[in-house]
Amino acid sequence: MLWEIDVLPVREDLDRDATQLIDEAAEFGLAQPSAAASARAFLLEGAHLSADDAQRITDELLTDRVVERSVVAQSGDASLTSSPAWLTSDSVLVHVLPKPGVMDPVALSAQQAIADLGIEPPLVRTCRKYWISGLDPAGVDQLATRLLANDAIEQVVVGPLTLDHLDVGRPYEFSLQTVELDSLDDEGLMRLSREGQLYLQLAEMQTIQKYFRDLDRKPTDIELETLAQTWSEHCSHKTLAGRIRYNGPEGERQFENMLKETIFTATQTLRKQWGDDDWCVSVFADNAGVVTFNDTCHVAFKVETHNHPSALEPYGGANTGLGGVIRDILGTGLGAEPVCSTDVFCFAPPETPADSLPPGVLHPRRVMQGVVAGVRDYGNRMGIPTVNGAVYFDERYLGNPLVYCGNVGVIPHDKAFGTAQPGDYAVSIGGRTGRDGIHGATFSSAELTHESEDLSGGAVQIGNAIEEKMVQDVLLKARDLQLYTAVTDCGAGGFSSALGEMGEKIGAEVWLDRAPLKYEGLSYTEIWISEAQERMVVSVPEENWQQLHDLCASEGVEATIIGRFEPTGRLVLKYQDQVVGDLPMSLLHDGRPPVVREARYSPPATEPLNPAEQDDYTAELTSILGSLNVASKQWIIRQYDHEVKSGSVVKPLVGNQSDGPGDAAVVCPVIDSKKAIVISCGMNPHYGNFDTYHMAASAIDEAIRNCVAVGADPTRIAILDNFCWGDCEKPETLGSLVRAALACHDLSLAMGTPFISGKDSLNNEFSYFDESGNKQTIAIPPSLLISAMGQMDDASQAVTMDLKAAGNPVYLVGVTKDELGGSHFALVRDLTGGQVPTVDVELAPQVFTAVHSAIKSGAVAACHDLCEGGLAVSAAEMAFASGIGLELSLDAIDSATSTASKLFSESNTRFLIEVKADRAGEFEQAMAGVPCVKLGQTTAGSKLTITSAGKPVIDTELTAVKQAWQQPLAW
Amino acid sequence: MSPRVLVLRAPGTNCDKETAFAFEQAGGTTRPAHVRELLDNPQLLNEHQVLAIPGGFSYGDDIASGRILGNQLRLRLAEALLEFRDAGKLVLGICNGFQVLMKTGLLDVDDAEGPQATLAWNNNGRYEARWVKLGVAPGECVFLSGLDEIELPVAHAEGKFVVRDQATLDALAASGRLVLRYTPVGEPALATAATMAPAVPYPANPNGACGDVAGICDTTGRVLGLMPHPERFLFAHQHPQWTRNGLTGDGAGMKLFENAVKYFA
Repeated sequence: MLWEIDVLPVREDLDRDATQLIDEAAEFGLAQPSAAASARAFLLEGAHLSADDAQRITDELLTDRVVERSVVAQSGDASLTSSPAWLTSDSVLVHVLPKPGVMDPVALSAQQAIADLGIEPPLVRTCRKYWISGLDPAGVDQLATRLLANDAIEQVVVGPLTLDHLDVGRPYEFSLQTVELDSLDDEGLMRLSREGQLYLQLAEMQTIQKYFRDLDRKPTDIELETLAQTWSEHCSHKTLAGRIRYNGPEGERQFENMLKETIFTATQTLRKQWGDDDWCVSVFADNAGVVTFNDTCHVAFKVETHNHPSALEPYGGANTGLGGVIRDILGTGLGAEPVCSTDVFCFAPPETPADSLPPGVLHPRRVMQGVVAGVRDYGNRMGIPTVNGAVYFDERYLGNPLVYCGNVGVIPHDKAFGTAQPGDYAVSIGGRTGRDGIHGATFSSAELTHESEDLSGGAVQIGNAIEEKMVQDVLLKARDLQLYTAVTDCGAGGFSSALGEMGEKIGAEVWLDRAPLKYEGLSYTEIWISEAQERMVVSVPEENWQQLHDLCASEGVEATIIGRFEPTGRLVLKYQDQVVGDLPMSLLHDGRPPVVREARYSPPATEPLNPAEQDDYTAELTSILGSLNVASKQWIIRQYDHEVKSGSVVKPLVGNQSDGPGDAAVVCPVIDSKKAIVISCGMNPHYGNFDTYHMAASAIDEAIRNCVAVGADPTRIAILDNFCWGDCEKPETLGSLVRAALACHDLSLAMGTPFISGKDSLNNEFSYFDESGNKQTIAIPPSLLISAMGQMDDASQAVTMDLKAAGNPVYLVGVTKDELGGSHFALVRDLTGGQVPTVDVELAPQVFTAVHSAIKSGAVAACHDLCEGGLAVSAAEMAFASGIGLELSLDAIDSATSTASKLFSESNTRFLIEVKADRAGEFEQAMAGVPCVKLGQTTAGSKLTITSAGKPVIDTELTAVKQAWQQPLAW
Repeated sequence: MSPRVLVLRAPGTNCDKETAFAFEQAGGTTRPAHVRELLDNPQLLNEHQVLAIPGGFSYGDDIASGRILGNQLRLRLAEALLEFRDAGKLVLGICNGFQVLMKTGLLDVDDAEGPQATLAWNNNGRYEARWVKLGVAPGECVFLSGLDEIELPVAHAEGKFVVRDQATLDALAASGRLVLRYTPVGEPALATAATMAPAVPYPANPNGACGDVAGICDTTGRVLGLMPHPERFLFAHQHPQWTRNGLTGDGAGMKLFENAVKYFA
């Protein structure tokens, strides 16, 4: 019996989905319906499900009778199609259903809740329904495909829904698949690589061919997949951790392992210098970097990217991006407890006209809404506060939006390391395995094209945050009971990479038929490489298995033995006792052929940028404040819970009305201690157009100064690199990345700031054929995100950027240079050229130390870093975040020549600081030895005035600039 | 004697640790319990004086916020819970815990025709986190004794208090059960009458709640459900303006937990 239950708002004014649909149609430039209505629908299929049961489920479970009404009928009944009374009779009914097999958490929960009612649980599938008035069929179709459904995961049915069953999956019949490799020529090998979605390079395919030729047998499909997963860019970082011949402004350099010889070396050098005071615990080795924190705990930090999935399905991509990095933290050492998240996005401008989009590209506004919702729903549901983030806009992110998701965890000292032991069971905990996420790891090695949606739809997944929360709850309990010896997450590559990694030094035998499945029909290979979410793998000594099993069962979490770590040095895969794959671990982890890649870089020559002097720059200030990168992100921030866990001390929005842009978040991860971590980031893709060295240096300086601005100790800041780049098979693209990595090395050493982990996402290019049939490619700009985690001994010493009181002196610390290249001043004035901001590596650490000591002394009332938009923007932000006036003079700034430079140059290592009037002398003393000038004072007025030679060059009411800053993204 | 507090946890509960910490700080003794454990052993309630249902997303808020956990408690523990309340004990539901309580019957909002009140989606249709100012009319409510206003954070998507009709709202107001109401910053608390259309504009009333209601108590005053999070304001430096207004020491949210503990002193 197949029932459909529709739940509808009782009144038109309560139908927020319909209102939203009409509003969004306008926002996206689509034909707008004259009216609309919506319903949530549940499809229930059960052999014994009676009409009474269906009615009871409706009344007691599915409907909120104060605001909703319902229709209960057998599927196909006419009562299910009649529109609400307030619509005209010409309305068209549209159904949106998750495709069979796509994660549907509400349906799963409904099944369990029906059992709570004492009714045998039926199969459940959810569906959204819309009645749309006033559009022709083409208009309805456009609305359905552009706004209501995403073809990657959902199907649209216009008109009555005709379904006769809900079940998915058909029984699987085992048959061992082998692949003919021996006879293939190079072209054949590459075709196999591409069409099989292995995305391996020729030399790699040749190595595999030779390996099996020597064994005189054909590889099985699962062996080939295992090699492709393990050797994928996503899992092995083969480009950046590979051989590179580089030719750049520094001359020629040859790398055996580029990342190791630049970024990793810098950290190791610092650790050696620190000797006994080394505060790094685990760097570049585990799922996250770990540093010391307090007497009982260390802190772990990791930022991941989830770009390709987010391009195809923004909600699911971002959702599982955050879910994935949380599992990285859970899978660090013996398991860290996640305490807060940071999320950084790059999008094309949301006002991009809908009709200008290349085929296969989602509208950037939709990408942005989906990504934000995906992060919101996962983080909020997990109960992990999202405390920090940033958003950057550039047209070149149109085909490849970037989604960086980061997480911080705390881990007891004795849980920082784990090693699987021979004889341990390999146990999967959490979600079931399905066909979702097949080929995600290898897919991320491929360039996106307008056909990617069709090719790789399986790579898109939807998360189930509550499942992951349940896994977290039992995993941390099991950790403290010492029930397992090692843990790792099932991320890209699924079981294949998790077990391959854990068993690397031992060997493992895997029993694929034992893995619990969401539905029937998965082949042994699909089980092996599925990236179904919310799964962790632990290695469990035999004597602990029962206790672990019972602990998981007590909280409704599934734990299953899927194999055993055997001291054979081999990875043996079995299905129903038959060997389907048998590979030496050494081939997987060390067998990849070395490829030497060419890299070249020469930054463009510096062109002059000398804007004519003007009398007034208020219009420029207002434009910069209203530009997308600078504008308030309140619409995003308030959708995230940033206070759950009760550790929040400095929130993302600060000031007298809690709407000013804080520099960094301060969080106490241990509830009864004031010891705090500080989370910030730095990034500026625009500078990469000038020189990726200075782009990277600036990003590092920005991340550190954001941390220092709120009170972090500059000697205890750890940073992460995230390189998102274009196609690094192109020598110029790879060269621009190597140049940035060299900057990371130099800055890390100069600042004494270690990199503790990192991540790269290459091949962020999008290809399509334009109207004339020519191939066009959009490559993202070089995009290096630096994420910083600082520390404070006492969170109550933190300062915020909002001005505190009238009559306080205000100082500029740091050197302002003529550095308008890549600035927001140049952006809003559409100017090119200029010198890109550089970092004075001698001076910067001294400035950070001096500012920190002043903050610690309590003399500082407010501190704000100078970044996008320079001095003028920071001054405006400090003033409008507090409602306190500000009068500054540029005359004391003698290191820059033009007024525009003094106001808007984005020179690094600078702070604008309000000092308590009675502590000015003390402050000036702390600044002796670093460049520091008094610019003016706070006032009781409501204006920002900046003068030059006695004449105002900026003069504005705070309400006006605040309005300009808040308006663009006030969605 | 330190009262024993049972802190209930279900899949998706995520404010349990800080809620337990708040009760501990106030002098209570807490015991975490997974809902499966409580359903298997309702006797656990006999050993405790306070039941706390913390915030989070129980069962993902799938179908509706608090619905699935609320159903589990209503269908399988109704008697034990009423017995618990009638024994003079306390029940506190915060945020998702309030959403759960609304669906259990313990807040006395049902009549013969079904529920008279609910917590619906916020007017702006999305999850929102921000601090609010609340007017407090404690009346008989044990938890709010001695408070007349308080600032606390809200963080929810489904927190709009909606009643069936004005008569219902009037009855709740008349019996002193609208104990927490959103108030504009800078204006005296509870200056306005409780009306179906909220008198306090967004964002001071963050969700469009009828009567600007943020929390209600049952007919005994011993069961409180509220959308704001008192467990997120235990220390002064959790307040969003602590760097401006020189707050130090405890946060005002502590008061609710202290009241609960003192009740058993």
